[in-house]
Amino acid sequence: MSKKEMIQSDIGSVLSAQEIAEIDAELAHIPYKSGAAIDALKIVQAKRGWVSDECLQGIAKYLEMSAEELEGVATFYNLIYRRPVGEKVILFCDSVSCWIGGCDDIKSKISNVLGVDYGETTADSSYTLLPVPCLGACDRAPVMMVGDDLVTHLDDKKITELFGSAANGSAK
Amino acid sequence: MEKVLTRNIGLAQKPTDLKAYEANGGYQGLRKAMAGMSPKDCQDVISDSNLRGRGGAGFPTGMKWSFVPSDDKCTPGHKYLVCNADEMEPGTFKDRLLMECDPHQLIEGMILAAYTIGADISYIFIRGEYLVAIQRLRDAVDECYAAGLLGENILGSGYKLDMYVHPSAGRYICGEETALINALEGKRANPRAKPPFPQVSGLWGRPTIVNNVETLCNIPHIIDRGADWFNGLGVGEDAGTKLFGVSGRVKNPGCWELPMGTPIREIIEEHAGGMQDGYQLKGFLPGGGSTDFLTADHLDLAMDYNVIGAAGSRMGTGTMIILDDRTCPVGMVLNLIRFFAHESCGFCTPCRDGLPWSRQVLQDIEEGRGEPEDLETLAYQVKYIGAIGNTHCALAPGAMEPLQSALKYFYDDFKQHISSGRCPYH
Amino acid sequence: MPTIFIDGQELQVNDGENILEACLNAGMDLPYFCWHPAMGSIGSCRQCALVQYQNEDDTRGRIIMGCMTPVTEGARFSLNAENATEFREAVVESLMLNHPHDCPVCAEGGECHLQDMTVMVGHRDRRYTGKKNTYRNQYLGPLIHHEMNRCITCYRCERYYKDYAGGTDLGAQASHDHLYFGRHEEGLLESEFSGNLVEVCPTGVFTDKPFLKQYSRKWDLQSAPSICTGCAVGCNIAPGERYGNLKRVHNRYNHDVNGYFLCDRGRFGSGYVNSEARLDYAGIKKSDGSFMAVHQQQALDTAANWMQGKKVAAIGSPRASVESNYLLRELVGAENFAAGFSDTEAKLMASVSQILQTTKAVNPSIKQIEAADAILVFGEDVTNTAPRVALALRQSVRNKSFELAEQMGLPQWQDAAVRNLAQDQLSPMLIVSAMDTRLDDVASQCISLAPDQIAEFGVAIVEAMAGEPTSNTQANEIAQILQCAKNPLVISGTSMQHWGIINSAVAIAESLCGKKSSCMLSLCVPESNSIGSALLAGDMSQPLSHLVESAPEVLLVMENDLHRRLSAQQMQQLMGEGTQVISLDMLENPTLGASDMVLPAASYAESQGSLVNMEGRVQRYFPVFQPANERMPSWQWLLKIAAATGHKSLSKLEHFDDVVAACEKNHAQFDGLAIAAPDNSFRDRGLKIPRQTHRYSGRTAMNAGVNVHEPQQPHDTESPLAYSMEGLNRDQPASLTPYVWSPGWNSNQSLQKFQSEVDGPLKGGTAGQRLIISTAKGATKKSENSTTDMQPHQWQLVPVYRVHGSEELSVNTDEIAELAGHSFVALGEVVAEKLGVVEGDGAIVASGDIEVSLEVKILQRVAKNCIGFAAGYTETMAFQAGSLASLTKDKKWQRREPQLIASDKTIPDPMISTGGSARV
Ligand SMILES: Cc1cc2nc3c(=O)[nH]c(=O)nc-3n(C[C@H](O)[C@H](O)[C@H](O)COP(=O)(O)O)c2cc1C
Ligand code: SF4
Ligand code: FES
Repeated sequence: MSKKEMIQSDIGSVLSAQEIAEIDAELAHIPYKSGAAIDALKIVQAKRGWVSDECLQGIAKYLEMSAEELEGVATFYNLIYRRPVGEKVILFCDSVSCWIGGCDDIKSKISNVLGVDYGETTADSSYTLLPVPCLGACDRAPVMMVGDDLVTHLDDKKITELFGSAANGSAK
Repeated sequence: MEKVLTRNIGLAQKPTDLKAYEANGGYQGLRKAMAGMSPKDCQDVISDSNLRGRGGAGFPTGMKWSFVPSDDKCTPGHKYLVCNADEMEPGTFKDRLLMECDPHQLIEGMILAAYTIGADISYIFIRGEYLVAIQRLRDAVDECYAAGLLGENILGSGYKLDMYVHPSAGRYICGEETALINALEGKRANPRAKPPFPQVSGLWGRPTIVNNVETLCNIPHIIDRGADWFNGLGVGEDAGTKLFGVSGRVKNPGCWELPMGTPIREIIEEHAGGMQDGYQLKGFLPGGGSTDFLTADHLDLAMDYNVIGAAGSRMGTGTMIILDDRTCPVGMVLNLIRFFAHESCGFCTPCRDGLPWSRQVLQDIEEGRGEPEDLETLAYQVKYIGAIGNTHCALAPGAMEPLQSALKYFYDDFKQHISSGRCPYH
Repeated sequence: MPTIFIDGQELQVNDGENILEACLNAGMDLPYFCWHPAMGSIGSCRQCALVQYQNEDDTRGRIIMGCMTPVTEGARFSLNAENATEFREAVVESLMLNHPHDCPVCAEGGECHLQDMTVMVGHRDRRYTGKKNTYRNQYLGPLIHHEMNRCITCYRCERYYKDYAGGTDLGAQASHDHLYFGRHEEGLLESEFSGNLVEVCPTGVFTDKPFLKQYSRKWDLQSAPSICTGCAVGCNIAPGERYGNLKRVHNRYNHDVNGYFLCDRGRFGSGYVNSEARLDYAGIKKSDGSFMAVHQQQALDTAANWMQGKKVAAIGSPRASVESNYLLRELVGAENFAAGFSDTEAKLMASVSQILQTTKAVNPSIKQIEAADAILVFGEDVTNTAPRVALALRQSVRNKSFELAEQMGLPQWQDAAVRNLAQDQLSPMLIVSAMDTRLDDVASQCISLAPDQIAEFGVAIVEAMAGEPTSNTQANEIAQILQCAKNPLVISGTSMQHWGIINSAVAIAESLCGKKSSCMLSLCVPESNSIGSALLAGDMSQPLSHLVESAPEVLLVMENDLHRRLSAQQMQQLMGEGTQVISLDMLENPTLGASDMVLPAASYAESQGSLVNMEGRVQRYFPVFQPANERMPSWQWLLKIAAATGHKSLSKLEHFDDVVAACEKNHAQFDGLAIAAPDNSFRDRGLKIPRQTHRYSGRTAMNAGVNVHEPQQPHDTESPLAYSMEGLNRDQPASLTPYVWSPGWNSNQSLQKFQSEVDGPLKGGTAGQRLIISTAKGATKKSENSTTDMQPHQWQLVPVYRVHGSEELSVNTDEIAELAGHSFVALGEVVAEKLGVVEGDGAIVASGDIEVSLEVKILQRVAKNCIGFAAGYTETMAFQAGSLASLTKDKKWQRREPQLIASDKTIPDPMISTGGSARV
């Protein structure tokens, strides 16, 4: 078996064939394997929601870099999750324009309804609430992302529409 | 006024596809260049146009490009063009618009820029949360490859360029051009020491130009219509048009393309519709979260780099954030410093440890625990963290700009917090 | 030399340096953290700030970082301007926001660069009111203790560990003020050079774990200039003692040898000095086989009695000093003396010494090795046989990046910029070896060949260089790479125990030496004084086997565990009935056990002597403390035996310096021995050099638990060093620097006050003296390569060396023994698969009449038909390199647990321990 095959079979159990194919596509235009570190982390996270230790080690091996080095990269970025997250991540903008627009109150409302603070996941694993720097939609403040969707002009009504109210228990 | 950058952008905010873009005069600049302009010709036009970078620092684009060593002056290998689409400066929402609504304009600008500097590979480094823009850009890039506008032998000219859309994993510091390069290399995005500048040693150690989305969007039009035309667009000192935005408690927050040199009052009062009822303008950050506050006294200034600079602030990204009279200036500065402290890459001391220290002092004041000495401490921190050169990159000095000007214009608010032991706005 | 102005003072500075270096060179105290003389600048801590002025009229100036600003003609700066001093204080104040202020319980306290810099900037009052960030620490193995709360985020650890030493398992994680320096998961730091973190970290994040178990403050340590005995590189060390225990080993700067760094064997491998297996008293074997403890005099009388009129022979040792070996040889006469090499080793060492004396190639210092721009590593796993040299080789491969930087006008010290520019472009390093080496990761090419083939491959390279057509394309390629280099290096050595490999290496190096060009040739040898012993033996060395045959009536064995060199049968023959064996050594071992009389020798830390390193540099070590009980340095034992037996010439000698003089007089090859260090009469401005610091405390009380009377300080009658805090420790000859300290600079960073300039030699020159100057006549011999005939299912045994485990003495240190692990057989993946074993399984290796079951280790690359065995490990001691073996799976094998000897050890209370009891 060639070295490459070895590595493939070795981590085959960790990374899926599709993940490997996607990483390979990135590698095609990057001069050094480790150059695809962030792409690979994102590819794996897209499928699984977060990057487990096992996945991190698998990626590191595939990219011929040390797990430590990849850990340094993974922990640097806001959008790489090294802990499990809910089905959808709520990226709640708490930057200046949204703050002026009253995002603190909206955040309290969400926390109240979902029963989570920043960094926490709802008991039913539907949502993880995270703060995010300015989402570049300040003209429509306050805003947040729920999963892939941008939700603008937030107010109590919208929060109730999205998540229900505290009275009828935590999230759908 | 003639719309240039936003001419394809309707209210519906639907993106133009290749057909629609070309139908409205798109890729004319590129065709013109490919048909008979040398890179040197393009370089000259851009230099003469007096285009200045729209990413925040306002550096003359032509001059920046001229620092890229020509082929005979550097070892053979790739050169890179990178579009900085990491828009994360608080209060800034202009690049999103350009990318979501007219992706081809950016791509055409990039091809022309790459051609001028001799790059054969280009990247769009875009913030990961801009999912719509990412998809539209990817679609547009595919269209271009299919139409022979990217890849080998572009429009039969023999020129070759590849383009990749690279979504970021999210950090404000990735917007700093050398940190961005580290991120593109798959590394931790600490900024690099300059010199050497990326123009000579950037991505993978090779000559690299990093330009803002809006800067690049100007290029096709300048190539197509010439430097004089572009110079004539501005109404003040600077050339061209610019996207100006307003957020905060105004009636009609938004983003508009206006001539350079448009007076601030016109932007806020006409385009943004003035303050919401019951709110007064107390101050504003003229160009994003890392620019100094200006006040009502400055409303008649023209949005020109030097004019705003002389008033003690910066044009920045040209997107204004309005502070109204019912919002606490200490709270607003605290919000900004908290952002900057969190987004510090952690490389250099004044930023990594100095900003959290400022945050702590501001929080003490805002929450009613302030002491009179805290104001001295804040002034000390501004001096320590705020000067360019004190830190490794411009993040921390930028972070200090709203604080230092708030201490100047809203000193009484700070004092009142301390003397009354609470935030008077709550 | 540009002229710059600092606070109006005109300074002539070195071209190309930065302002921080210029300030330090001018003796100014400019604080810094992230900059390191060996690692350059990155500008992250922002501590080294000055104000720079545009011109004479500029009064405001602007803040610049000294370490990031090159000197330019006429540039004007201020260190003392208020904005500069205020800025530097602010930096420390912010670094201290989250610092735990736990100096009283921190091992760094008293030698902490952070403490020094805090005092230097005048920071006093904390204004921060927030909560401190805290971190979880990691278990990093038995050597390094981790305490992240103390971190000031200077990035030095990461830059040293990854960028400088090539480690991959430690680095920066997270960001903003949550930065964390550690591993991906808890566990042993993998680098063989991890210990330097202790000295690189400017505060107490990475500290010396064994030292913590028996801790003393730096100022309470008694230190002496010493030389590491871990291998033949001869790194300079500064061991520290208190309460009769060797507490720790620090680096001692030698510009040409080890610079700022040691390997972990050198730093942590001296624990055996405190071992309970140390001999304390002389002993004479009783009829029941046990030993009776006797006093020195009685032992000497008995020895003299035994030797009277008898045929006396002696065996010296390549790990004992030149002086001890010299005395032993004189005592019995050259014809009755064996240097102490095994027969194979003796042949190899004779040719290495011959080569060094005649080669046309340049025999480089480590500093010179760092300048190589193309490297051929020939049959040597340098990291495991001459570790510090491997660390230098990791710097040599960076010369490519420096070349690129120079083209761009970037100074070398712009560390991050140079790395970004070059990315992973390295100077060529070609490794030809039987198996994996620990430099494979920076090699441009690795070729796996059996030892015989390595030698042949070398011949092909030589032919290719001579322009003779060869069919070996790899050889052609390598020839071309080496010929294109400006400063090529060939490095080989004795570890494969293969004469042909060394011979080919020499031939390659010498064919690269033309009229204009030259090549460096470096040869690794086994022990700290292998070259010294080879020089002493000259061509007349008695092979050990002859001595065995000669059946002496009395045999003196000095510091040599013969079972590492002789077969069981030879041992029996040599030490059997007819021979009375007198052995002189430190630690219990099989040779001592088989002797009729044992004499307790002092360790290197308790005695004085000279060692000749692999490049032929002789260096002197001095006692750190006086030997306890009845231990004595070997040279003193031998002088006393000489006196007791009334030896003609030797009985006239009394002092160490007399021995040096005699040795120099009688052996031309040791001309220069006396210059290795000043003699006993040396005084600095009338004073001796103190082993104790100004602040050495508790001298009256430290032994009160044993005896309330303060013992008199011992007098050192043999060297210019004093067991005292009185004297001068500054600007002395480099060989006499016991520790570094300077007012305001309590940490090891005070070294710069002892250097002639930043990163330059010490003010007192460079310690040591080259004994070997080559005649440059040429050392290439005609090759007579042989190939071993292989039968199917036979494997050739190749020794595999380990930093921790292969060396005789250091492995008697708990931490090193733990890291050494079990002895092993090393297999390639294919062989392992065929055999049906995986890492950690057992395999039976049979060679000749020896059969051992060993733990399996799987290697990445192994030459065809080769298997490796753990060299220097007890279980595999009897294997002969190059001999044939068979291999079977051990079906009954039980997997072995790691031996946690050190990690689980309880901490002894140093105050109560009174030293080991008599073990005889
Ligand atoms: C902390 C920091 C963040 C930045 N973020 C951005 C950004 O998001 N987008 C951008 O175009 N420029 C950003 N910049 C400016 C870039 O470093 C760079 O100057 C710019 O991309 C150059 O493009 P231009 O010449 O076209 O303006 C940032 C700078 C700093 C110091
Ligand atoms: S100023 Fe902040 S963001 Fe910039 S290098 Fe320093 S720590 Fe990083
Ligand atoms: S020593 Fe100069 S910035 Fe750290």
